[in-house]
Amino acid sequence: MNIFVCVKQVPDTETKIIPTADGSFIETNSIKWIMNPYDEYAVEQALLVQAANAGSTVTVLRVGSSKDTEALRTAMAMGADEAYLVEAQDNLDSYMIAKALKGAIAKSGKTPDLILSGKQAIDDDCLQVPQILATMLNMPSVSVVVNYEGSATDITVKREVEGGALEIYGVKLPALIACNKGINTPRYASLPGIMKAKKKPLTTLSLTDVGVSDADKRVKYSNFQLPPEKPPGKKFDATDAAKMASVVKEVVGLLRTEAKVL
Amino acid sequence: MANILVFTELHGTHVKGVTLEILGRLSGHNVEVATIGTLPTEAIAELAKFGALKVHSLKGANLEKYSPEGYANALKGFIASGAFDYVFAGATSVGKDLLPRVATMFDAGMASEVTNFIMEGDKFAGTRPLFAGKCFAKVELTGPKPHFVTVRPNALGMNANPTSAAASASESTVDAGAIRAMIKDIVKGASEKLDLTEANIIISGGRAMKEAANFKILDEMASVIGATVGASRAAVDSGFAPHAMQVGQTGKTVAPTLYIACGISGAIQHLAGMRTSKVIVAINTDPDAPIFTKADYGIVGDLFTIVPIMTQEFKALLGK
Repeated sequence: MNIFVCVKQVPDTETKIIPTADGSFIETNSIKWIMNPYDEYAVEQALLVQAANAGSTVTVLRVGSSKDTEALRTAMAMGADEAYLVEAQDNLDSYMIAKALKGAIAKSGKTPDLILSGKQAIDDDCLQVPQILATMLNMPSVSVVVNYEGSATDITVKREVEGGALEIYGVKLPALIACNKGINTPRYASLPGIMKAKKKPLTTLSLTDVGVSDADKRVKYSNFQLPPEKPPGKKFDATDAAKMASVVKEVVGLLRTEAKVL
Repeated sequence: MANILVFTELHGTHVKGVTLEILGRLSGHNVEVATIGTLPTEAIAELAKFGALKVHSLKGANLEKYSPEGYANALKGFIASGAFDYVFAGATSVGKDLLPRVATMFDAGMASEVTNFIMEGDKFAGTRPLFAGKCFAKVELTGPKPHFVTVRPNALGMNANPTSAAASASESTVDAGAIRAMIKDIVKGASEKLDLTEANIIISGGRAMKEAANFKILDEMASVIGATVGASRAAVDSGFAPHAMQVGQTGKTVAPTLYIACGISGAIQHLAGMRTSKVIVAINTDPDAPIFTKADYGIVGDLFTIVPIMTQEFKALLGK
């Protein structure tokens, strides 16, 4: 099987986000970049499917800046065979990213049997790219998947919806599956894996190579700013057992009379 | 004035609350509403009251249950038969999955999960959180129309005084096309309560809950005040709660009216996911816990004694 995995490189979840002075994006210089956490599940799932289907290859794709290739190197250290990087700024919109991924798949010369991705990237949180890419490729797809079983031609996946309910889908491959936490436990890259990854092929493409231009822009962002700081709230000490009941009563009362939420 | 279609899901005999929030904000525009299935009389009256001029029930084979392809094909066909400038939907499980697919069928752009927006004439400008709410940005759409937008539930707020009254209701037949990913079964979640992303009140537990069984004190409080129970990443990673309950950057971003954080220290990735809650109550033994910087009402103390007392106080207040 030709298995493709789409990954994104995002700021670590502990990163403090600082908008640029002109509000056009965020300061990216001092950021620690990681593979989008949901994409780790996609890489792991690709490796599990590869192991179950002899002769399969796993190709990783990423669209973004070439300053750091952490996400692709990590994916190859985990076991992926090769990688494509489409060089672009880190704030392309979902439509452009999906079109670039489609172009990169075409450039690889392989016809996909299975495409895996994370359910969303934790930077722009759009939850669009997997669905756009599947639609562009006229491929069935299921998003927010927490369970994957099946053969090289037919799979059964579980999609998580409101309240933790699960929709169980039967899907004919080729298909695109967008993974959520819970689908598997991603492996750590081993030291030999990290060494081997350095010798695995990483092909760099430009947006022009994959047929993407400014005319593909669909979403314009501006005015990046920090959320307004809340004024300090009221703090009550209930560590003293004698005062505890009266403190709790007071807070519950305030929720009705002052905050008016009950 | 813009021609706008709002896609809605049905929740029993009602439409989802977020649909009415969207309608309230679009007052003055030419707004129509469509659902897949049959809109009940109650729902039509609700939609009309909030400003829908026309409501459409879309019907066809293989549309009894959600399927990404079936719904996308059906909705695309209906949208193409009209002249809409914008298509809106709530950022629900279906809205988030479906709208990017339909948008792409029109080669059009989409703004995901806006928390606020205005229409200046027929031009949309929205605000949306990025990096799970660590920052916000203005979002506008360009390129082929219609443009697509999803709106986060509970973010806009409900128009308190809807004034419109009548809408014309019609039925249309739509084609689901070929469906290659088909639902075989649906397994209900453990909770029948509102999802975290739609809940008005959320009570979350952190690492200090110590074990899964202790979440029952939060469940008890939740049943008194009609809340949904959530958890921090630390609690989920410790196995106290499933990932579906996780609030934060790698879980769900929420904006309830009231958020009660119990034994949550307030890691940056948790704060990002809940800081836009309207009122925040925090209970923690550590007076220096970061959660207190975001709390409207902070209580320093032991959650295991405070939560049961609070539950009793809520019962007394609400006469339960």
